[in-house]
Amino acid sequence: MSVAAPIAEPEMEKPLSPPLSSAPTDLTPDFSKLEDAPEWFQSRARAAWEEFQSLPMPGLRDEHWRYSQSKNLSLDGLHLAGETTEAEKQAAIEGSKGLTHVAARLIFLNDRLIHSQTDGLEQGVVVLPFAEALRSHGDVLQQYLMKRKADLGSEKFAALHLAHVQAGAVVLAPKNAVLKAPIEIFHWVSGVNSLVFPHTLIVAGDHAQVTVLDHHASLRDEVAQSVAVADFVAGNGSHITYVNSQELADSARALHISSTTVARDAQVKALQLQLGASFARSESVSDLAGEGSRSDMLGVSLPFSSQVVDMRTLQNHLAPHTYSDLLYKNALYDKTRTIFSGLINVADGAHYTDAYQKCRNLLNSADSEAVSMPGLEINADQVKCSHGATSAPISADELFYLKARGIPDQESRQLIAIGFVEDVISRLGHEELIESLDRRIEEKFARQAA
Amino acid sequence: MSLLIQDLHACIPDREILKGFSLEVKPGEVHAIMGPNGSGKSTLSKVLCGHEDYEVTSGSVTLDGEDLLAMDVDARSRAGLFLAFQYPFEIPGVSNANFIRAALQARLPKGEELDAVGYYKQLYRRMDELEMSRSFTARSVNEGFSGGEKKRNEILQLMMLEPKYSILDETDSGLDIDALKVVSQGVNAMRSPERGFLVITHYQRLLDYIKPDIVHVMVEGRLIRSGGPELALELEAKGYELTHAA
Repeated sequence: MSVAAPIAEPEMEKPLSPPLSSAPTDLTPDFSKLEDAPEWFQSRARAAWEEFQSLPMPGLRDEHWRYSQSKNLSLDGLHLAGETTEAEKQAAIEGSKGLTHVAARLIFLNDRLIHSQTDGLEQGVVVLPFAEALRSHGDVLQQYLMKRKADLGSEKFAALHLAHVQAGAVVLAPKNAVLKAPIEIFHWVSGVNSLVFPHTLIVAGDHAQVTVLDHHASLRDEVAQSVAVADFVAGNGSHITYVNSQELADSARALHISSTTVARDAQVKALQLQLGASFARSESVSDLAGEGSRSDMLGVSLPFSSQVVDMRTLQNHLAPHTYSDLLYKNALYDKTRTIFSGLINVADGAHYTDAYQKCRNLLNSADSEAVSMPGLEINADQVKCSHGATSAPISADELFYLKARGIPDQESRQLIAIGFVEDVISRLGHEELIESLDRRIEEKFARQAA
Repeated sequence: MSLLIQDLHACIPDREILKGFSLEVKPGEVHAIMGPNGSGKSTLSKVLCGHEDYEVTSGSVTLDGEDLLAMDVDARSRAGLFLAFQYPFEIPGVSNANFIRAALQARLPKGEELDAVGYYKQLYRRMDELEMSRSFTARSVNEGFSGGEKKRNEILQLMMLEPKYSILDETDSGLDIDALKVVSQGVNAMRSPERGFLVITHYQRLLDYIKPDIVHVMVEGRLIRSGGPELALELEAKGYELTHAA
């Protein structure tokens, strides 16, 4: 049951999911709550609020919002997510079905921590709720918190996030710590027109290895908005694997702003899995800052009904001998729409860069539309770059072959679509994680079929 | 009880390819159809499976009395018809094991789950018979398979689905002699009084390994001659020219 709305066109003014109430929104932060937070944080939060107020909403002519529009994330009528009942907390905890083997699991509901399990942590890895990390690891946060400015269109939303952030996970892996089991975080939202600001910060020391899975989910199908920020700092030779599994209700809206900094010989894999929401936007930047660094930027979306998925990426090569590989795959149904805009930037001096970018769209309906805008900017020598975008309907041959084995039409199409995105998911290289995400995709198909 | 094809006419938009094709395959029988390129052999197999590129303009096909032409592609398969493709398609991202499992699951009544343990036991047994490595269960369907591996995979599906009537469309094409033997053994292992086979081939060689009961010659969309296994040898010796004289 998704919110009915016209397909967004740049010239159209109407937001995708109008809020239920258009009462003037007061999103002024309650700074008195920050009294025991470090001074630097208080002043940054205040500055961010000033910045939010001074920045305009991105306009129709903003390059970063081409074929989309910032009104899809209109803040009108929204309010800060409020207190929840005991029953809601219970529902959120029970609904947090994820991985069997985790090193830690945190569950947030309306930006409040409601469950914490960290007994699987080892080798000095720390997983803390944001508010606690501010108190106990203020120096680390001061060094890394949102230091990479959002610059793919959502500067205003990032400022709002920083003015309000109080929930989410701070993951600190010391040098050489190798954590096999993933860290799993659930962010639930409840209440009509609730606004949440989930935050994720992963700092991996030299040669450390961590895997983090974020879920964004709704307790009920109602209008709500998540403005999430996730930043990854990969030290020399470290490995970070990250998944943003966006499972919000069909009426909700999601924004995920993420930045990755990859130091020498480090590797970061990050997957955007877009399953829910009427409008979901991701902005992902990878700064390949150290020689020999590698970034795998992955994306999967399977929009149904009238969902819109809007993806903006930047592969930013700043050092020589760096490697980035972007693979985004979208399987579109019904009257859905995806927008992919990706830039490969090879900075002056980033010689011997390998940068690849591929966006592939499987159109399962004549009414679906996939927009792809790949881009390249090269200012170095000895560079290998390729980019490409394809959109095609399901292959008649593949479909015939499956049906000729007795598999009904709908199941055959589903098998092909799941197979289409499988190579993206399997690049995570973590069996239980892959299986768990596959299951979520299958569940989405089952929900649509029901 | 048979796969009964009567006076079948089928066309693609600009021309008729099957021009009055008739044949009855009874359970327990192995029929071979030979014929020159362009005689309509492969079209026949696709029309029987319900490929949308072909339009049946007249004639009838029944499978054990049921109107096959009224069924969708998938229903024909579940009714007991199987086509081993000449050029099997690749399905990226769908593992072979999941594919065959989905095909078996589709044959069960609604709500009934396929027994996974029994399934894998049977799958491995059949793969061993076809000398297929276990790695083929996890690999995407036909993706990166050699020509011979694709054909083995077709026969694996045949063995797992146990159809009543199987059509082998030039299964021998592109096979070396060792692969041909293994594939033929697989087919022969499935021969039984309950199953009928229609072996389409361009070359007599395959029929040394899969011995037919009846050999037919197809030219220009219909059968022009039928006979015993010796007909295949005659064709091999004299070439398809004799079919014009017939």
